[in-house]
Amino acid sequence: MPVLARWIERAGIPTVVVTMMPAVAQTRRAPRVVGVEFPFGHAFGMPGDRAMQRQVLELALRVLAGAGSFGTRVDVDIEWPVPLREAYRAWQPKEASPIVKVLLETGRRPG
Amino acid sequence: MNVDSYRFLPRSFRAFYEGRGSLPGELDEVWAPFEKRLQSSRIALLTSAGFYLKNSQPPFDLDRERANPTWGDPSWRVIPTGTEPSDLGVSHLHINDEDLLADPEIALPARMLEQLAAEHVIGGATTDHLVVMGYQEANLEGWRDATVNDLIANLRDQAADGLILAPA
Repeated sequence: MPVLARWIERAGIPTVVVTMMPAVAQTRRAPRVVGVEFPFGHAFGMPGDRAMQRQVLELALRVLAGAGSFGTRVDVDIEWPVPLREAYRAWQPKEASPIVKVLLETGRRPG
Repeated sequence: MNVDSYRFLPRSFRAFYEGRGSLPGELDEVWAPFEKRLQSSRIALLTSAGFYLKNSQPPFDLDRERANPTWGDPSWRVIPTGTEPSDLGVSHLHINDEDLLADPEIALPARMLEQLAAEHVIGGATTDHLVVMGYQEANLEGWRDATVNDLIANLRDQAADGLILAPA
């Protein structure tokens, strides 16, 4: 996704990436980054929590429009309101993804 | 404060991400200045959550990914603003889709963006928002060769002044 942002930005359209892995977005050289400490699949927050979703979206807009230079990163100061172990289990698919199955079976990535 | 980028990632996967640098040829400081005021800007959303319209669009190709685990469907979908959550499906093998189906706004906050437009925080939202499926080949060949030019053309057609991308 950070690289997709770069390609779109290169075409002249400003971008911001809202991500659970802002450190990775930075090393992948995304122009603007908003970090969230949320489970995967939940970039804008908890289901049904409009206040949380609005807070993340408004920050993304402010960074999109207001960042002054390449590599700007601002993180959202919200703690996920679900115990870590429970949240960690909840975001994962019921069945391991194909690539994870291979990794679990062989200990290495194929190809 | 800085968030922990690996808080929800299985510990054994961390090395895969920490060891990643930029893609070859993707080190330069790409920058498009945001020229307008937000109040007069049209904003688009792009999520990699794998949403599709159940009644009119095919799901992303998960069968091929199951047969070839290093491949991910590089195609894309448009989701019109105002789409009912019940009209959306999710095709993504790497995340639990229950919360996405219950409240798509957690990945594609199209209604919230419309609300911000109604409150004149932004000038408007694009008519359509964009969806890809986030699991891709490591070198992103499919997106680079087949998808990104279409996404850019769509954003230009919709006169988008800026794009918020959110990986799932």
